[in-house]
Amino acid sequence: MYNEKVMDVFKNPKNVGEIENPDGIGTVGNASCGDIMQISLKIENDIIVDAKFKTFGCAAAIATSSTATEMVKGMTVEEALKLTNRRVVEALGGLPAQKLHCSVLAEEAIKKAIEDYRSKKAN
Amino acid sequence: MDKKPIYFDHAATTPLCKEALEKMLPYFTDVFGNPNSQHAYGRESVKAVDEARDAIAKIINCKPNEVYFTSGGTEGDNWALRGIAHAYKNKGKHLIISPIEHAAMLATAKALKKEGFEIEFMKVDEFGVVDLEHLKTIVRDDTIFVGCMLANNEVGTIEPIKEIAEIAHAKGAVCFTDAVQAAGVLKTDVKELGVDMMSMSAHKIYGPKGVGALYIRNGLKTESILTGGHQERMKRGGTTNVPGIVGFAEAFKIADRDREKNFEYVSSLRDRFIDRVLTEVPFVKLNGPRTGRLPANADFSFKFIEGESILFSLDLAGIAVSSGSACSSGSLEPSHVLLALGLPEELAHGSIRFSFGKHNTVEEVDYAVETIKAAVQRLREMSPLFKAEGEIKYV
Repeated sequence: MYNEKVMDVFKNPKNVGEIENPDGIGTVGNASCGDIMQISLKIENDIIVDAKFKTFGCAAAIATSSTATEMVKGMTVEEALKLTNRRVVEALGGLPAQKLHCSVLAEEAIKKAIEDYRSKKAN
Repeated sequence: MDKKPIYFDHAATTPLCKEALEKMLPYFTDVFGNPNSQHAYGRESVKAVDEARDAIAKIINCKPNEVYFTSGGTEGDNWALRGIAHAYKNKGKHLIISPIEHAAMLATAKALKKEGFEIEFMKVDEFGVVDLEHLKTIVRDDTIFVGCMLANNEVGTIEPIKEIAEIAHAKGAVCFTDAVQAAGVLKTDVKELGVDMMSMSAHKIYGPKGVGALYIRNGLKTESILTGGHQERMKRGGTTNVPGIVGFAEAFKIADRDREKNFEYVSSLRDRFIDRVLTEVPFVKLNGPRTGRLPANADFSFKFIEGESILFSLDLAGIAVSSGSACSSGSLEPSHVLLALGLPEELAHGSIRFSFGKHNTVEEVDYAVETIKAAVQRLREMSPLFKAEGEIKYV
């Protein structure tokens, strides 16, 4: 059901872990739904210089976490906010229909981490 | 993959045994007659189907005319529940089933509820065993059907069917058991079990897919669900699956002949596996009972991680298993069986079923344990839940 690209990323995901003293961190999902995604960001001058993830979830959730964190590295905060789950799915060469919600989680986790960054900055 | 793939999903299906295949082959080509035909071709097929029916009747200890061939477990379950509900609706509309039945039963019950039947569920304990005292309190004079699996497909729990049947019969209700996982593995003597109906499937016991049987005790009324021609004594329309039936009977005969030997061998693999996983993998829960479970079945919940990701990690290492997580089933809900056993959703999502077969080896079991240890560790390192709870306990 998964394509080779998704399985490759699931096998060797990038950016696993948690950034120490992150500039922004976002956690979405819940255990009862079977998916929790946490993304932490290091941001310098509004540019995302590092991104890491920790995910409780299926192979698609792990693959989209890896790909989404790869994609946002080097983006400005504004650019990262515009990253859609569709682009993450495209980068993975597609996901089965029932797995699309996993990619939504990645988009939401990034948005939440950026919100966290902005609220920290505002204070 | 540098190793031969390992198949630990025998509860899903088994490979067809060579003996059954060889018995089946002539019935695809040379002996192709429709048993409904009057001529010699037809008569030759009738002979094969009669022999198969006799063999199965002998194994389950009933009369040949109490065995009805079906397309498999789902049809048997559907026919039993719907057939009794419709045939006895004037006597009552109260149907009792266990909460850990196969979807073939649950979905049929749901449809019958829409027709106006009342569905009530038995209670099961944390191991999935039916609470007989509770059952006694819910059977009523208008209960027409009491149905429970002989052994559960997910957690392997063997149910007290004999006692369930006695409770059902005390109120005049029909007792049905789904023996899809049990037939050919446990003793399935319908007289000893005391059931009125029992569904079976060929492909769980090294027989072909798409064929099974329903035992219906003589004297019972049922309504057909497949209406059509005169097949199966007017009760089940559809051209008879002659090669499938021949293969089913052969596989069932072999399973019955080797039943005790296989039980002992497969149980020994399962016990070794369960013991090693429980001692070598931290934060793991065995689902279902330690004893009183199917010899093939070991079902675990691995805490902090999700089942589908475990399934694919093992798949990448060449080990085939299945999972009760929502992500594996394509639904949003995790396994209804695990939830009925009282597992929190998080643990239900992290479940993996291993089901062993007669061709598996100790080496495969040991390789799987090592692979599981590595896969579980890797996924836990990725999990935000592991850090939160694990750091405290995992030293």
